[in-house]
Amino acid sequence: MSLADRPGHEVAAEVRRGSLKAVEVVEAAFKRIEQVDGRRPALGAEPQPDDQQFIHAFLLADRQRALAAAAAIDQKVAAGEDPGPLAGLPLAVKDIFCVRGTPSTAASRILANFVAPYSATPVERLEAAGAVVIGKVNLDEFTFGSSNESTAFLPPPGNPWRPTHVPGGSSGGSAAAVAAGESALSLATDTAGSIRQPAAFCGVVGLKPTYGRVSRYGLIAFASSLDCPGPAARNVTDVALALQAMAGRDPRDATTAAAPVPDYSERLEAGVAGMRIGLSSDYFRIVAPPVGGGEIETRPIDPDIEATIRQAAERLAQAGAVIVEDVPLSNTHLAIPAYFVISRVEAASNLHRYDGVKYGHRTADPVADLHQLYRKSRGEGFGTQVKLRILMGMYVSAEQYEMAYYEKALRVRTLIRRDFEEVFNPAGDYRLDALLTPTTPTTAFPLGAVYGDSVVMQYADALTVPANHAGIPGVSVPAGLSADGLPIGLQLLGADFSEATLLRIGRTWEQISADDAWRSQRPMVLAEVGP
Amino acid sequence: MPNPADGPITAEVFAHLVRLAQFELTEQERDYLRSELNGQLKAIRQLEAMEIGDELPITSHGVPYGPAIRPPIRQDEITGSPLADEILEGAPQVQDRYLVVPDIPHEELK
Repeated sequence: MSLADRPGHEVAAEVRRGSLKAVEVVEAAFKRIEQVDGRRPALGAEPQPDDQQFIHAFLLADRQRALAAAAAIDQKVAAGEDPGPLAGLPLAVKDIFCVRGTPSTAASRILANFVAPYSATPVERLEAAGAVVIGKVNLDEFTFGSSNESTAFLPPPGNPWRPTHVPGGSSGGSAAAVAAGESALSLATDTAGSIRQPAAFCGVVGLKPTYGRVSRYGLIAFASSLDCPGPAARNVTDVALALQAMAGRDPRDATTAAAPVPDYSERLEAGVAGMRIGLSSDYFRIVAPPVGGGEIETRPIDPDIEATIRQAAERLAQAGAVIVEDVPLSNTHLAIPAYFVISRVEAASNLHRYDGVKYGHRTADPVADLHQLYRKSRGEGFGTQVKLRILMGMYVSAEQYEMAYYEKALRVRTLIRRDFEEVFNPAGDYRLDALLTPTTPTTAFPLGAVYGDSVVMQYADALTVPANHAGIPGVSVPAGLSADGLPIGLQLLGADFSEATLLRIGRTWEQISADDAWRSQRPMVLAEVGP
Repeated sequence: MPNPADGPITAEVFAHLVRLAQFELTEQERDYLRSELNGQLKAIRQLEAMEIGDELPITSHGVPYGPAIRPPIRQDEITGSPLADEILEGAPQVQDRYLVVPDIPHEELK
């Protein structure tokens, strides 16, 4: 097996011991990038015939910087020092985080020329734990999307399992890079499902921590009350190690929680005996318009996905868990309507800072006054989906609609939060340790099949966004492959700060399913790469 | 701006939103954006159908920041940044360490 495909925790352990060089690990990642990534995405690039054979995850792959960092880790080991639990692991950073000295673009023309003067806290912490930043990966512009197709840097990433299909979004580059072995880890963000949904589509593990568990300092803001940085990797153990490095208070982000950070690896192998895991019919259907448009309807999710999740529940029961059926989460269907309001209001507010004056794109056209400078710079710099979000934010927060929409949405958020509090209450009727749900209503869809229909696209997050409203943690873990060979993700949701429990259940699932036939399948782009 | 009640966003309201948002649009963008806004409003109006009283509190963050996890208030102290020059290097137009902007529309106060 190539170094690029090996589990990160094994690789890091060998680097720490000195039996493997961090430089070799990083070289293997760059070799894989050369094999599968294809041409580097560029602003407004025209499509080319062979684009859909490659991943196109990386906006920046900085070999020199990465090799220098890897060499420093090898020197530490040689000097008898411990380079940390992530020693030498390649890290692909979603280009929504500032990394000192690198272009930090948010996949937008308006920030295409912005070079970050500082690094985000999660980046600094992962590097301090030994991870090596190998580059920045693509995303939906300002994270606004669920397919990664709204990026200003084209071609958009493809799904390693089938590059004619989307990798999901907004962290499409992150999930794709990890799935294809281009990186062991990715640092991403989740505002409505942007880590978990692409993780499900690409067959990797993605964790959205509890709001406040990981610092947002240095993250380019979208919806500040919902944005959560978190890791993606190919297995649960690696995700636990990455979270360990990132989690905890940060004096530079006042919303980080002062709650103690547990050891996420300690009880990872402890199994699920006696744990109470809930299934809810509210997560096996969605209330959404049909693809192609039409009135909002209630319909079941993809039957392949439902069957996979129910089988996973049965097998967790055989491993000793207590499965609690028919758990009511009756406000789930309101999560997307409320998200349409809350996220747009926060986005419009956060994106007012882009003005062509302080940093980022400024129009080259002559302008008569400051207002014209704003209008031209923002008109040229923002993509269509960004403009759409800002306009909706303006509308629903206007004085005459605020009560009907924004305040109403914040009260619906209370109802969604209460649904979860009820089922996780240790003294309540359900007393759940976790909910087991599908991560997504469908598997990955073809590039171009949904993009442009902003309503249908938003419902790709129907099963992930409730956790963002409530602030609770969630993890997506590979659960199998659909009949047509695309990954299916299972989602585990838990009470505030229950990441250790969710990871433990996820790890148990990995062990239960370790010998399943689907586990030996590899993404399509790796077919010609060789073992 | 007239309130369209439960109707679609009119061209007039749309133009007002674009002014507030401060960007220029192409004709093609204009048609697409207004149509998508009205599509999204259909979904959003599910909220209007909900009977929720004002007594239900709002949630602006999911996780309640109780005393156990709330970080302490920090001292209000000036801590300089060594990054000022680098930040200025990122600005589109600078002169003598000032950001340069075109005329700022204003009215003289009497």
